[in-house]
Amino acid sequence: MNFMFWVIAVITLGSALMMVLDKNIFHSALYMIVTFLGVAGIYVLLQADFLAAVQVLVYGGAIAVFIVFGIMLIQRGNMKQTNLFSKSAALAGLVSLGLIVINVVMVLKTEWPISGAAPPEDTVNQIAELMFTKMVIPFEVAAILLLVALLGAVIIAKEVKKTS
Amino acid sequence: MIGLEHFLIFSGTLFCIGLFGALAKRNVIAILMGLEIMLNSVNINLVAFSRYVTTGDLTGHVFAIFVVAVAAAEVAVGLALIVSIYRSRMSVNAEDFDWLKW
Amino acid sequence: MIEFALNNAWLIPLLPALAFVLIGLVFKPLPKVSAFVGIVSILTSFVLAVSVGIGVISKGGELVEHPLKQVVTWFSMNGLTIEVGVQIDPTSAMMLFVVTLVSALVNIYSLGYMRGDPGFARFYAYLALFAASMLTLVISPNLLQMFVAWELVGLCSYLLIGFWFFKYSAREAAKKAFITTRTGDFGLLLGILLLQVNFGTLDLMTLAERIPNFTEYGLTAGVLTLIASILFLGPIGKSGQFPLHVWLPDAMEGPTPVSALIHAATMVVAGVYLTGRTLILFQTVPGAMAFVAVMGAFTALFAATIAFTQTEMKKILAYSTVSQLGYMMLALGAGSLSASMFHLMTHAFFKALMFLGAGSVLHAMSNEADIWKYGGLKKKMPITYWTFLIGCLAISGIFPFAGFFSKDLILEVVWAQSSLSGHAHGPFQGLYSLLFIVGALTAMMTAFYMFRMFFLTFHGEPRDKSFHPHESPFPMAMPLVVLGFLSVVGGWVGWPTLHEGFSYFVRFGEYEQGHWNFLLVGISTVLALVGIGGAAYIYLLNKVSHEALAKRFALLYKLSFNKFYIDEIYLWIIHNIIDGLGRVLWWFDVTIVDGIIDGFGKSAQYMGSLLRRVQTGKLQDYALVLFAGVIILVLILGLTDTNTAHLSLLGGVR
Repeated sequence: MNFMFWVIAVITLGSALMMVLDKNIFHSALYMIVTFLGVAGIYVLLQADFLAAVQVLVYGGAIAVFIVFGIMLIQRGNMKQTNLFSKSAALAGLVSLGLIVINVVMVLKTEWPISGAAPPEDTVNQIAELMFTKMVIPFEVAAILLLVALLGAVIIAKEVKKTS
Repeated sequence: MIGLEHFLIFSGTLFCIGLFGALAKRNVIAILMGLEIMLNSVNINLVAFSRYVTTGDLTGHVFAIFVVAVAAAEVAVGLALIVSIYRSRMSVNAEDFDWLKW
Repeated sequence: MIEFALNNAWLIPLLPALAFVLIGLVFKPLPKVSAFVGIVSILTSFVLAVSVGIGVISKGGELVEHPLKQVVTWFSMNGLTIEVGVQIDPTSAMMLFVVTLVSALVNIYSLGYMRGDPGFARFYAYLALFAASMLTLVISPNLLQMFVAWELVGLCSYLLIGFWFFKYSAREAAKKAFITTRTGDFGLLLGILLLQVNFGTLDLMTLAERIPNFTEYGLTAGVLTLIASILFLGPIGKSGQFPLHVWLPDAMEGPTPVSALIHAATMVVAGVYLTGRTLILFQTVPGAMAFVAVMGAFTALFAATIAFTQTEMKKILAYSTVSQLGYMMLALGAGSLSASMFHLMTHAFFKALMFLGAGSVLHAMSNEADIWKYGGLKKKMPITYWTFLIGCLAISGIFPFAGFFSKDLILEVVWAQSSLSGHAHGPFQGLYSLLFIVGALTAMMTAFYMFRMFFLTFHGEPRDKSFHPHESPFPMAMPLVVLGFLSVVGGWVGWPTLHEGFSYFVRFGEYEQGHWNFLLVGISTVLALVGIGGAAYIYLLNKVSHEALAKRFALLYKLSFNKFYIDEIYLWIIHNIIDGLGRVLWWFDVTIVDGIIDGFGKSAQYMGSLLRRVQTGKLQDYALVLFAGVIILVLILGLTDTNTAHLSLLGGVR
């Protein structure tokens, strides 16, 4: 498992890095898909199989496609040089680096109360149980949220009729 | 041995990369992409804690599923907004949207 | 009556003050009533002053040591008490007499001289104000009241010199007078302050006790000399000593009664009076007294040399006044209050007489002032002629006229201080010898230029036939006669062998019985006759041409005629140095001071324009700042002591 972790970690982080560094937005979108798949792999390493499936389906299947749609709707012409850095990129890089360092230091310094129990074998059952008993209200609310988002997106993206 | 710290450091780094993408890019779609990476890293964090700290309790997983749902809704609305702005301003450069000052 | 006058001497200045208020507020549209009010008030004051004089004499020498003093405290605070009141002793009684007399005569004279002038009532109001101020000055018991009155007389002088304010020259002369005397007053005020600070009082009698013990008050002789010299700057300005004499000749722009009253008899002697009142200060430090004497003698000589060549009657008289004031200062510098005050009194008589006579001549010659246009007025104006002759003889010091006794006394006291007398003491003997010679020389010059003026004006043939002079009307002639009479008999109160004469009452220190010094009498009379003879030779008998003389001594003539270019030097100093300094300071103010203040504003603007760039309006930048803040917070919390005080600085801790 150690070996796989490092491989998947390198792939994920590497493609995330490439995503933010590349100047071609379409390439960035493709790197993002690879990142999503890498994250799904991490889930598998964490014994979260259901979540890995959900990740691939939703992120890789829906969201990534959505983003590609967006790119296609917006960008015309040559895709090169469509994803440039802003003026405060250097500063942002510094801030990010700083946060990474802080995070590493804090994580390594904390004593995590790790329980040594064995992870459950079957996650779907337990997730379903939780979702319909303890978490039913967030579940319903999430449903409403999705509905609202759908409506909202339609309305916002509607074309304004020209009056003349 | 891969322990909790490895996953935490990994997710933290992924978060910061996503943050960099959100702060440093001009194209608003790239900003959205950075946002998605950040949400993903948070998910990893939740699941890692659920796996190592509260091992029998899968609340972390459920939380992560909700986060995914919300992220999806957010991308939808976000792209609708981008399309709308593109229609009125003919630009998707974040540096052109500077009306938060006087 | 006499007791009433002695106890209520404060009425003497009050009556003219009331007249000023009444004329100013009520009677201004009515000229004749204004004149009446003015004359009545000053005559009443004169009667009271005569009563005071009689009362003082009848009390014998008592009031010399213990003056009659009535004061009320105006206000007092810790370390400072301001009193106002009255101090009657022979000196002030004499001054009261002189001031009220000359003032009354001038008021009467103005009836004739100023008739028809549109500012007639205003003139009487100013005269009344002046009389009130001068009288306040002479009865002041302390230096502060004297200073207030000093400034008031300066104001009256300004108002009266510039009386005909529509004339540019009059306005400028008034300003010049005020500013020049103000320059001296700066020193006077400084001296008064120093006296108050060091001795704790400004009361004249208390100062007379404290000043001789000046070492008890932490002063050295050098510092006290400095204080005395600074204080003397006021009299230099007011009494027209060199170098602040420049205003007096220009003050002749005012009407002639003003010149007679203020610039001959009364205001200009205020400086002499002040120095006389504070003589204890000068006597304590002989260096200061020598300074006073030198200033006096030099001024006397200096003014006499200028008067030699002047062509306007009033200007000659003005320089003569400056010269005689120099004599009075010389007498004070020799330590004699009696000689100085005696000459003050006699000078008031004959100088006022001559000024009023000059006014008479001007009135007759339609205000033509050049004496080269006069001539032969003897036949046309007999009263003026004879009284003027008395005045000239008095000023030249011919026995038995008034000026003889007073000038002789001055020369005597200087002689006594000098090494020539053989029984003087003190370190300045040689200096006083020199001053004696200067004084004697000036006496001769005085006689010369006065009679030059006299002969040119009254004798010979009329040089300009276009004028038709006539004698003056009664209001103008009467004061001439009165003053002429006084110029004859006024000196007899100072007859040297008289017991309890003038020197007995008006004195400073112990009484010394006077005696005839025939050597000095001889010297002064001979010199005076030489002067008169010289003037007669040149101007009456025309044996020597004055033009030829002027050519022979061309340089001296030019210097004398142009007043030694002092006015030009002053103007140059003012234009270049003072204005230059002003320009420098202006530059400093505008560039540096304003620069600093503007700099504050500009730097705030600059900071603002820098800080403005933080507000880019872009959401990404705001988010960046947010996360940068997170890093900073984490660093602070992580690396420092996290006690409550520090955390409360960051906020959010209860």
